Amino acid sequence: MRTTRRAFLGGGAATASAALLAVPALAQATARVVVLGGGFAGATCAGELQRAEPRFAVTLIEGNPTYTACPFSNSVIAGLRTIAEQRFGYDALRNAGVSVIHDFARTIDPQRRLVFVSGNSALGYDRLVLAPGIDFRWDALPGYDEAATAQMPHAWKAGEQTLLLRRQLEAMPDGGTVVISAPANPFRCPPGPYERASLIAYYLKTRKPRSKLIVLDAKDSFSKQRLFQAAWQQLYPGLLEWVSLSNGGKVTKVDAASRSLVTDFVTYKADVANVIPPQRAGHIAEIAGVADQTGWCPIDPVTFESRLQPGVHVIGDAAIAGAMPKSAFAANAQAKVCAAAVAALLHDESPPPPKLINTCYSLVAPDYGISVAGVYHPVNGQLADVEGAGGLSPADAAPEVRRLEASYAEAWFQTITAETFG
Amino acid sequence: MSSQQAVRRLRGLLLSVLALVTTGGAVTAGPPPGASSCSGCHASSISVNTPVPRILGRQSAEIVAAMQAFRTGERRSTVMSRIAKGFSEDEIQAIAVWLATLN
Repeated sequence: MRTTRRAFLGGGAATASAALLAVPALAQATARVVVLGGGFAGATCAGELQRAEPRFAVTLIEGNPTYTACPFSNSVIAGLRTIAEQRFGYDALRNAGVSVIHDFARTIDPQRRLVFVSGNSALGYDRLVLAPGIDFRWDALPGYDEAATAQMPHAWKAGEQTLLLRRQLEAMPDGGTVVISAPANPFRCPPGPYERASLIAYYLKTRKPRSKLIVLDAKDSFSKQRLFQAAWQQLYPGLLEWVSLSNGGKVTKVDAASRSLVTDFVTYKADVANVIPPQRAGHIAEIAGVADQTGWCPIDPVTFESRLQPGVHVIGDAAIAGAMPKSAFAANAQAKVCAAAVAALLHDESPPPPKLINTCYSLVAPDYGISVAGVYHPVNGQLADVEGAGGLSPADAAPEVRRLEASYAEAWFQTITAETFG
Repeated sequence: MSSQQAVRRLRGLLLSVLALVTTGGAVTAGPPPGASSCSGCHASSISVNTPVPRILGRQSAEIVAAMQAFRTGERRSTVMSRIAKGFSEDEIQAIAVWLATLN
């Protein structure tokens, strides 16, 4: 394992063994914060906290030396973008003073405030921030296990799976059938399956126009629905078909070898099958005891501290954030609020009630963008919509507004990745 | 100056110090509610060049006027009118003052 001296010595004043002894917070010369997970939530939180509090010892534990971003990965699947444009490293965080350790947290002892990584090494913390993202429920959809992803990619964590789905689409002959299976709520990136359907439809329309795309949905409604459906009717008539839950869209079983998706009424035989499976918080959340029976993590809406484990905060897709969707924008916004709250708590101050924003763009074609925005605040212990704010792009917007929103989508990606990864 | 005046003045000074944002010091008056979300779209890094305008280091009155115009619809926008409606006058004022302190 690679580590840095500071991560284990807590500012250099203590000894390595002291860090292993879970010394109470007040006895520390400097506050120690450990962040698990280096995505939009975790990387933002670690960087924000370290920049605001140079004296804090902030450690980020992330398994991968390179992060592959999910936003815009649908454009990679459609052949409009390279995977290299999705990849980011952690040098800027290191330069900001964060100790970045590429390792996996095995267990957490919330009582002694210790995180165990490989080789039985332990890191002590005063506050722990969990940003583990999602994991898939391999037991939720019969026939869809890890092995099945080689035939029927989920592509819901960006990387090799994204490239696999791209290759399958490229290899498919014109006239083939693509099937996407979309899960019930909640899941990462609520408009994501429909942006993906749009951009795959764009690829088929321009390159394989005799093909067909079917979206099988375990829901009757979805994010930005009326905007997506209006655009589909305009851009992809006869090519893209959405089958709602009520119309038998829920996939109950799959067979990877034959690329078949089974619903109550019909078995769909696909040439390319993209199964977006049911999800839960990243596995470490369960190990840490911060996930409830839903598989997600209840939090305090002011501090993002777990309702189940004091001293542990949960941000990003893993958290139950009320009205806030599981988006990269929301993860980044929550991370900044959480960083400020953690700093305040470690200074024995009470963080004030926050407000948070989400803005989420989707592309239905390369020059056709739509958005949803929201403003959120704590109400009765939950993050709720600020009434009268937020909402969708107008249904009757002119093509130049759609083009403008497509350009803002790209601008957003550049901006948020620069803030998160430097 | 009477001692009462001195206390009042000191209290005023303390409040204004608290209202300012200090980073790196012991005082952790963070960004006012909502402010830290702005940088999700409005770049703080100078290396980022996009059509979305920068909002750091501007006069606070400029930000307040823009937010009010977005709220009423007087200024056309894509998402900002939807976002501006989620903030009160006081919240907008606090955010604008905070953004003006950043570069």
